[in-house]
Amino acid sequence: MGDQLMNWLIAILQTMLFVALSPLLAGWLKCCKCRLQNRKAPSIFQTYRDLLKLTHKQPVVSDQASWLFVLAPYIIFSATVLAATVVPLITVDLPTSASADVIVLVGFFAFARFFLALAGLDIGTAFGGMGSSREMTISSLAEPAMLMAIFTLTMTASTTNLSFAIAHVLNEGLVLRPSFVFALSALILVAVAETGRIPVDNPATHLELTMIHEAMILEYSGRHLALIEWASQLKLMLYGVLIANIFFPWGIAETFSLQDLAYGLLAIIGKLALLAFFLAIAETFVAKMRLFRVQEYLSFAYLLGLLGMLSHIILEASR
Amino acid sequence: MSSSNWTADFLSQLGRDTPVAESTVAATRLWQIDSQAWQQLAELAVVHKLRWVAGWAEHVDKQFLINSCFEKQGEYLLLRTTVDVVSPELPSQATVYPAANRSERHSQDMFGIKFTSHPDNRRWTRHQAWIENSYPLRKDFPVQGSPVGVTPPDMHYPFIKGHGAGVYEIPVGPVHAGIIEPGHFRFQAVGELILNLEERLGYVHKGIEKIAEGRTPESLGRLAGRVSGDTTVGHCWAACRAMELAAGVEIPPRAALIRGILAERERVANHLGDIGAICNDVAFVFAQMQMTRLRELWLRTNATVFGHRLLMDAIVPGGVVCDLSDVACSLIKKDIAELRTELTEIITALDLNTSLEDRLYTAGFLSEDIAKAFGTLGYVGRASGQDFDVRRDTPYPPYDQVKVKVALENQGDIASRFWIRYKEIRTALALIEKFIAQLVAGDICSDWKIPPSGSEGLGIVEGWRGEIVSYIRFAADNKVARFYPRDPSQLNWPALEKLVLNNIVPDFPVCNKSLNGSYSGNDL
Repeated sequence: MGDQLMNWLIAILQTMLFVALSPLLAGWLKCCKCRLQNRKAPSIFQTYRDLLKLTHKQPVVSDQASWLFVLAPYIIFSATVLAATVVPLITVDLPTSASADVIVLVGFFAFARFFLALAGLDIGTAFGGMGSSREMTISSLAEPAMLMAIFTLTMTASTTNLSFAIAHVLNEGLVLRPSFVFALSALILVAVAETGRIPVDNPATHLELTMIHEAMILEYSGRHLALIEWASQLKLMLYGVLIANIFFPWGIAETFSLQDLAYGLLAIIGKLALLAFFLAIAETFVAKMRLFRVQEYLSFAYLLGLLGMLSHIILEASR
Repeated sequence: MSSSNWTADFLSQLGRDTPVAESTVAATRLWQIDSQAWQQLAELAVVHKLRWVAGWAEHVDKQFLINSCFEKQGEYLLLRTTVDVVSPELPSQATVYPAANRSERHSQDMFGIKFTSHPDNRRWTRHQAWIENSYPLRKDFPVQGSPVGVTPPDMHYPFIKGHGAGVYEIPVGPVHAGIIEPGHFRFQAVGELILNLEERLGYVHKGIEKIAEGRTPESLGRLAGRVSGDTTVGHCWAACRAMELAAGVEIPPRAALIRGILAERERVANHLGDIGAICNDVAFVFAQMQMTRLRELWLRTNATVFGHRLLMDAIVPGGVVCDLSDVACSLIKKDIAELRTELTEIITALDLNTSLEDRLYTAGFLSEDIAKAFGTLGYVGRASGQDFDVRRDTPYPPYDQVKVKVALENQGDIASRFWIRYKEIRTALALIEKFIAQLVAGDICSDWKIPPSGSEGLGIVEGWRGEIVSYIRFAADNKVARFYPRDPSQLNWPALEKLVLNNIVPDFPVCNKSLNGSYSGNDL
């Protein structure tokens, strides 16, 4: 009973850590990008200050908005936090992972996105509708690609539970699996699209007509905006952790000893910092794609996922 | 190229029933004709492949003078007619010259002149919120205007509507998410494909033409420098040249060379900024940061040498105010050498980037035919095969002493407009070096002669956006009676409506940036 309580406590603590650290990751990413563009970077804590500033501001809500517009930020934020409970951050073997598997994770993302798109439409501006339409187009292509990549993994581990899958990879040791290389590439491509990074979307743009994610939230202000911004920072971190912990799980805590947990925390911070740095490099090197190239890009991600699954069946499953 | 051939040929085809009174406005040929022949002459001008350059009106006593300026083979022709103030009606030239469309609507709004058979007589500069039947540029209209308190919203402009399944409308602006000038764009789109784009400009109308009346030459020079902030040298030069031609003032050779240096410096600064901004619009921020840095260094040298980062008020009627010392010259030369090295490195990096190439090539295509029909100017025209540059084709001092290499492309896409800018930077740098080498000792400003009442001047120079036309008429006592600046943007803006067709909505910003029209210069 005591163990059970401890497990839940750690699961909750880990989720809080997720929520607390996600602006830091976004700040670090911004910092890397600035340095790569030969600019002075703001402090990596600037994202926290921005969020704080937004919470102090009075939200302005249009007369045209319905209850949905006001409620959506809370739904989106909660759904993303719930998604964070499922993903092992510093330790495997979470009770939350046992109760909700990776399909549920994708479901949480879809749930949050659904309300984000509705909120974009709710306000009735051309930009909101445009953003929602683009977001749904992209996600309808990204979701299958993501599931395909994840199925490759779950077939290898014979489970859709993330904790067990990570434990399986840890136990297997460092084995070069062609299926994992494909799945990793697919997941990276999907992650870039889903978190609205260059070359799919540009989170820093001021050009209304080119926006996807930003177009949907153009009418948000104050604490509503803060929640949505925070949720997207959380989403970025979630994808980062997924990639880091599924494919490079080494360092993650396998027991709940304090030392293991501390190592686990250090390991994931290091991995995320490195991932964000690579993302910053990629974002500096490429321009944004034409919107109509995104389908090709995501079809390619799907294809990689499919190849991963096929190579698993052909090369690995027969062993 | 015997330039006077086409005018004689043109005149001979007019026939006896259209009398033409020939004279000149300073150095430009002026034909005064009857208002009935106004359209007929335009039709003949099309046949003779004349380019429509500018159009403006003027209120003199009980008449409106209406002018149209044409150009062919580097020679300009001014066409003028008069109509009565009581019933000001004139056949439109926009039926054959699409370029004249907005200009005539501007005259219609500002003077109340009715252009019969005009293809589109909706209001243009004067928004619906303005009082009906008040015409700001008539002499009886007060300079301070007639304020009505809170301006009512301009909601009832009859935009062209799209119909059909899945067709929707996107209103953008006039207030944008970024810090740019105000302008409204109305898209009709199906999915992401742009079916039609309509511009609604006029939000930066400052009444430049009205407040110019009664100014002294120096004061007008300063005003001209504020028609469009990024073209302060270009507009100031054009206005000063118009005044100098009207007053018969010759500027000293040294002043002409310094003006040339100023204009080329302005060109380089703006092109550097634009190249970066085009890349930024496709989220390639690295290029923008580098270009902004280079532009900033360039502007700082401007501040050191000429005392103003954007070179405002450096040109005055009769010459320039800032002399160039030997130290300043060597600083400029050092700057140019450094800029060349840096630019070569950065441009190579941009050229090799395939993701950038994918965005810029084939997007925003402007065909040579449309570019010609709209008389597009500067880098927009030259990227679509319009081989015209005032500096080469109608050279004025100091360009009459040098050979200007005009860059030309004919793909007509964003990449063309990008590369034209780069080539023009190279040409400008070489020109600055040439001017410095030729810099002769002497005065930098001539004495001003008070022009006789009624004297006119037409100043035509190549600004960084293209040909700038500035018309000035003096009243008595050295006072300006009429000032009309024609920014190249006025002819380039309509081309944007055409070049975005068959592009997708999210590609509009980069298409717009590749054209980079001035809102302020257009709205006056």
